[in-house]
Amino acid sequence: MARKSHVQTTINGEAVEFLCEPRQSLLEVLRDELYLTGAKEGCNNGNCGACSVIFDGRLVNSCLVLGVETDGKSVETIEGLADPDKLHPIQDAFLENAALQCGICTPGFIMSAKALLDQNPNPTEHEVRYWLAGNLCRCTGYDKIVRAVLDAAAAT
Amino acid sequence: MSEKKEYKVIGTRPIRHDGVDKVTGRAIYGADFQITGLLHGRVLRSPHAHARIVSIDTSRAEAHPGVKGVVTAQDLPTAEDKMADLGEGAVNLKYLCDNILASDKALYKGHAIAAVAATDPHIAEEACELIDVEYELLPPVLEVRAAMEPDAPIIHENIRTSSLGETGDKPSNVASHLQHKKGDIEKGFEEADVVIEREFVTGTVHQGYIEPHNATALYNPDGQLTVWCSTQGAFTVREQLAEILQYPISKIKVVPLEIGGGFGGKINVYIKPVAALLARKTGKPVKVLMNRADVFEGTGPTPASYITVKMGATKDGKITAAQTSMAFEAGAYPGSPVGAGAMCIFAPYNTENVLIDGYDVVVNKPKTAPYRAPGATNAAFGSETVIDELAEELNIDPLEMRLMNGAKEGDHRADGPVFPRIGFIETLEAAKEHPHYTSPNGKKYHGRGIASGFWFNIGLESSVTINVNPDGTVNLVEGSTDIGGTRASIAMQAAEVLGIPAESVNPTVVDTNSIGYTAVTGGSRTTYATGYAAYEAAQDVVKQMIGRAAKLWDVDEANVQFTDGEFSSINGKEEQISFRDLSARLGETGGPVVGRATMNPAGAGGAFATHVVDVAVDEETGKVEILRYTATQDAGKAIHPSYVEGQIQGGVVQGIGWALNEEYIYNDEGEMTNASFLDYRMPTCLDLPMIDAVIVEVPNPGHPYGVRGVGEVPIVPPPAAIANAIYDAVGIRMTELPMSPDRLLKAMGKI
Repeated sequence: MARKSHVQTTINGEAVEFLCEPRQSLLEVLRDELYLTGAKEGCNNGNCGACSVIFDGRLVNSCLVLGVETDGKSVETIEGLADPDKLHPIQDAFLENAALQCGICTPGFIMSAKALLDQNPNPTEHEVRYWLAGNLCRCTGYDKIVRAVLDAAAAT
Repeated sequence: MSEKKEYKVIGTRPIRHDGVDKVTGRAIYGADFQITGLLHGRVLRSPHAHARIVSIDTSRAEAHPGVKGVVTAQDLPTAEDKMADLGEGAVNLKYLCDNILASDKALYKGHAIAAVAATDPHIAEEACELIDVEYELLPPVLEVRAAMEPDAPIIHENIRTSSLGETGDKPSNVASHLQHKKGDIEKGFEEADVVIEREFVTGTVHQGYIEPHNATALYNPDGQLTVWCSTQGAFTVREQLAEILQYPISKIKVVPLEIGGGFGGKINVYIKPVAALLARKTGKPVKVLMNRADVFEGTGPTPASYITVKMGATKDGKITAAQTSMAFEAGAYPGSPVGAGAMCIFAPYNTENVLIDGYDVVVNKPKTAPYRAPGATNAAFGSETVIDELAEELNIDPLEMRLMNGAKEGDHRADGPVFPRIGFIETLEAAKEHPHYTSPNGKKYHGRGIASGFWFNIGLESSVTINVNPDGTVNLVEGSTDIGGTRASIAMQAAEVLGIPAESVNPTVVDTNSIGYTAVTGGSRTTYATGYAAYEAAQDVVKQMIGRAAKLWDVDEANVQFTDGEFSSINGKEEQISFRDLSARLGETGGPVVGRATMNPAGAGGAFATHVVDVAVDEETGKVEILRYTATQDAGKAIHPSYVEGQIQGGVVQGIGWALNEEYIYNDEGEMTNASFLDYRMPTCLDLPMIDAVIVEVPNPGHPYGVRGVGEVPIVPPPAAIANAIYDAVGIRMTELPMSPDRLLKAMGKI
């Protein structure tokens, strides 16, 4: 077992430090070291998007980023999205549109949608579908998810 | 049930009760569970599709730093070759145990051989590589027709074909043969002016739930075993653990955490008994997680199949005979859903003469598991394609052909049951009137197809208790895994009875120590059966509270009525009190009110669907694009229409994946070569249009609000509907699933 590295980073706006092995992914660090279990493991090889987080402003699959890479950088996860007394408009839109069934892919979709709307506040349906193609949902057929993201765009 | 009822809660679209937890990442799914002192388990799997296990040496793994325990099949109680009843039909105990950890033979690549518990998941993985297994390779049998050949390698020496009450005298891969007969099939074909006979092949497909299987187990020194996991049914996990571990059911508690999809694939246990064995061996809690390859290779997909369908009709369109032979791959152990496929295949049509043969055949692939209307999609791909061809031969609109022959109340299925009030015709009429069906269709390489489907739905056991709170809200306790919004659809049925808003019911899914027996979330039963139990438990609350009002007013109970959330006194004293106000006065009138109900309702009522799809075929690449999709379905009564639409849309898209992309691809050695989400290609949102879900409501007489299960039938029609649309586009009948670009190009003669 390799020595653990000391990492100082920013998660959801707060300074965080942790120890991790060089082989541990950001997803493992979030879930197993920091107990931020909103990011989910669906495939662990970048194909399902259930672990989507925003890393220095860029949407990534956290299973494809190493924990040590976050030193000095910033990470946004689903846990940081809502205010204490108010959900983020994308979260509201997912609830209003019934855009989730089992909910396992939902945090990833919401982070992915946030990254889209951060750079393109008024996407077309096609742009939404193109952007979200890296996130798999097996329950909904995507219809209500796409509507939720379009509604969230219209609401903000 | 024919009159339109006015409801206050049912039919509305409240925010689901678990919604905020699920959009904020706070909901605790199986893999999210944490407990002090946790060890991590990992399963070693067979690299071979068919091999005798000569020896297993775990000593190097046990000596690896950080390893706390290793288990093999030797750690399981010796399983007898006997049948165990697990509520969903009898299961051979030896097969059940051998699928958890192989004892003598590895029967598929991915078959679990041993498992390690260590302080860290990476160490457990390293240690698996230090387990030395000596295999004697055997020839694999990988396809259902090959497995049925008389000289095929035998997978189980003890299997003798059980056929219509007779047992074969020599080993066979055909575990069983079933038959349903109605009328006189020969006479039926004689009466026909046109007879079409075709053969169909479908690939192995996976449910594709995004959350891999998971389990955390803990043994206490007092013998209490607790398992935290995601599952479609905590009670069926408890039953399977008791049988596999030969452990008293009273000492097992299963705690269901949130579940990330199942579609039938999270009923059978795989790593839950392994976690329990590791926990017992180490004395520590052990969490075992699958990775995605484990899920593809080590859990039950739904079977590949070979199906022949022969149907005949008179020149005016009446179907006179329908015959099929369906051979399904069971996987490594008997138990494919061929029986369910046989119940469904010709069910939508009232045909006088029917003959159905089904074969359950073992092959060297993972033991198959249910997948959304198991067996019915394979079956409908055959029957609904042949009906389309019959309609074309007879120059009849394919929708009219189905309307002419469609089953109605009083008709009986070939396998026996007589239909109660059903809504098949109504789904056809809704499709016929839909702007999609009446819109123009005729561009080159564009085509339109329709297909219908049936799924019988089930009832089974459910329990609900309702505790009344002093502020007029209630806490509803249930045992049904919420896999797609059923907390809401169950709570809404209680709210309707109690005359309170959906938000005033707090539903909680609890562990096996905390509620009466409740069967799996499967068979499209939860909103129907657990919803029915919620309705009855709420009625029990009303009955008790009528007693309290009577006591309060010193009148006879018969003189108290409850309407629209208000109790009132009739015949004499004029008194009135709301549900909420009476809730605050339970202490003074006798103590808390707890409503309860247990059910095993028989009237699930069948579900029918009719789908219309437009496709574009790319003549150069063979790729099929879905341009427009409309799905009509009889929901009986949609409790929460958004989640009914969601079931329809989700089922359609799984069916589209099955039709166009998804299959297990094997090499000659029996190794799945595409065990990742990159290579096992499920639909993404970029592959799809919006899916128009049209809810038809023909109330089910077997439920107080008319509910029919809606979850499964929407996956049944898509492959056939798309095949029929491809035919309309390019004039080629596709008879093999998936209809991937390479197959389509071959069929078009382009490669």
